[in-house]
Amino acid sequence: MTATLTRSGTGSAHATTADDLERLAAYPHVVVSWVADDGFPVSVATTFQTDATAGIVVLAAPTGLAIPTDREVGVVGSHIHPVPGGYDERRYLQLWGRVEDGSRFTPSRAWGWDEAEMPFFEYSERSVPQSRRYLKQLSAEKGRTIRPRLSPFWLALRTTRLPFLSATAVPVLLGIAVAASHGAFTWWTALLTVIGASFAHLAINVTNDIFDTLSGADDANPNPTQFSGGSRVAVYDLVSIRGLVLLAAGLYAAAAAIGLVLVVVTESITLLWIGIAGIALGLAYTAPPLKLVYRGLGELAVALGFGPIMLLGAYVVQTGSLAWEPVVLSLVPGILISLILFVNEIPDRAGDAQAGKRTLPVRLSPNVVRTMYLVGGIGAFGVIVVGVTGGLLPWPTLIALAAIPLVLRVHQGLKVHYDSPYTLMAVMGANVNVNLIVGGLLLVAYAVTIVAMQLS
Amino acid sequence: MGWLPAPVEELLDVALVGELTVVGRGGRPITHPLIPLYHSGRIYLHSSTLFSKKLEHIKREPRVALSISDPVATKGNPDRVTIQGTARLIEEDPHADWERLILDLWRRKEPSIDDFLKVRVALPLFFERSVIEITPERCLFWAEGRTDRAPVETRAPAREAA
Repeated sequence: MTATLTRSGTGSAHATTADDLERLAAYPHVVVSWVADDGFPVSVATTFQTDATAGIVVLAAPTGLAIPTDREVGVVGSHIHPVPGGYDERRYLQLWGRVEDGSRFTPSRAWGWDEAEMPFFEYSERSVPQSRRYLKQLSAEKGRTIRPRLSPFWLALRTTRLPFLSATAVPVLLGIAVAASHGAFTWWTALLTVIGASFAHLAINVTNDIFDTLSGADDANPNPTQFSGGSRVAVYDLVSIRGLVLLAAGLYAAAAAIGLVLVVVTESITLLWIGIAGIALGLAYTAPPLKLVYRGLGELAVALGFGPIMLLGAYVVQTGSLAWEPVVLSLVPGILISLILFVNEIPDRAGDAQAGKRTLPVRLSPNVVRTMYLVGGIGAFGVIVVGVTGGLLPWPTLIALAAIPLVLRVHQGLKVHYDSPYTLMAVMGANVNVNLIVGGLLLVAYAVTIVAMQLS
Repeated sequence: MGWLPAPVEELLDVALVGELTVVGRGGRPITHPLIPLYHSGRIYLHSSTLFSKKLEHIKREPRVALSISDPVATKGNPDRVTIQGTARLIEEDPHADWERLILDLWRRKEPSIDDFLKVRVALPLFFERSVIEITPERCLFWAEGRTDRAPVETRAPAREAA
């Protein structure tokens, strides 16, 4: 990473190299600048030639403006490509040095950015410390706190990572569906289950951000995407750590309160233990001392939490007891949701490694990660086949096998985009869809099963 | 409204990019490509707090220069100009000031900014911005971009100079 940042395309100042002169030669003209005796900068465009061997730039001396030889001079090449509505292909290169004989420029320092080498989003992420520093200085100047803001709606969505609730919806609705197929369904306890499980999931999301911010894992990650890298609300100073702690506590309290109501209503000690296990697992995911995700056990924790715990919890709320069918079925969303985490950890792996967060993609080679994804994805469908063959799952659940090509597509995408966080986003999105589509197909299968039972 | 010659105002009205030179520590000239906006004789630039080192330099030394030099960024207009002036930062509220002051000017030149604004939640710090207001004091104009010829120099009337 350090070697990369010494190049001129990456926004880092460094001693001039032959590479800088080769890059400058690609610009059609340069702007030469210096600070005049009156204190104003002067800048003027001119043509030039580079001599990489001699390490110099020969400037065409502008008429009427003598480039000074007694002070530092800047030479800048800048490029954009206009497109409808704006422009792209942004790049620029600034050299500093001295001029002799009015035109012979010898650079000593260089700095620049090329969005083809460092995407704008990464460049922005690497600049977050500068923003925080500047706003702190500005606050001191103005005598009041100036922080970045978002509207309450977007801030809530970003802070809790609300869209990830789809991961909770699948196992909870499946648990309710299995119970309904067993003749047990109460709409208001089902609704409370969905709400309580959602609060628990959001609490875990916020807790995860607290500990990833405190450990430095989020700070160390320059390539967050909409699927990975956390909410970053604390990194951006949109919300304080204290605010996140209060929010997480509130969400946990709401989840626990709803859980206790359901325990009282169902009179099920099993449900109480499932709820305790779920909250304990959620905390242990990132919180010390266990920090499961830091030890490569995040996928296992997620598989248990979003598989058996969510699905069985929803089932027990409706039926008051356990059964083998929901146990077997819970393995499907458990595996698929753990694979969401597994893939989403891929772009985070450099920052995670730096912060000591030894996730599976940090520990394993890309080939092993891809193979594990394929085995896991196909394994989820294998559970359905075995479940149906063994008489534990209704045969309509085989309809979910229609989603196998999606797993193969994600696997292929991992081959192509493994090292490119931003192009990997489409693959991560497709992987999220695998769980949603399989979950949706399984819900359809249970709806068919329930209707068939009522007709027979 | 302003004193800048008409060809210079035309350049400012169309340019997608200009080169702002500020004075860094030790008198080092530091140049940043930025989109220039022009209204009522004043030039407006803006900077995210992410890329705010230039703002720190302007606070130390408000004398700046803006060049418009690239015909690719001026719809083929080959003229070139350098405008020296004094910069003032407007940043009482970096979240909202720029929207009130320059968003209309910005979107007129770069309509795609509205697409970015729609996903402000994805780029919250990019939209925490300071406005750089430049009062022009001296203008060097090169017709046809011929910097091998002496520029036409114009200065602000005495009452306009900052």
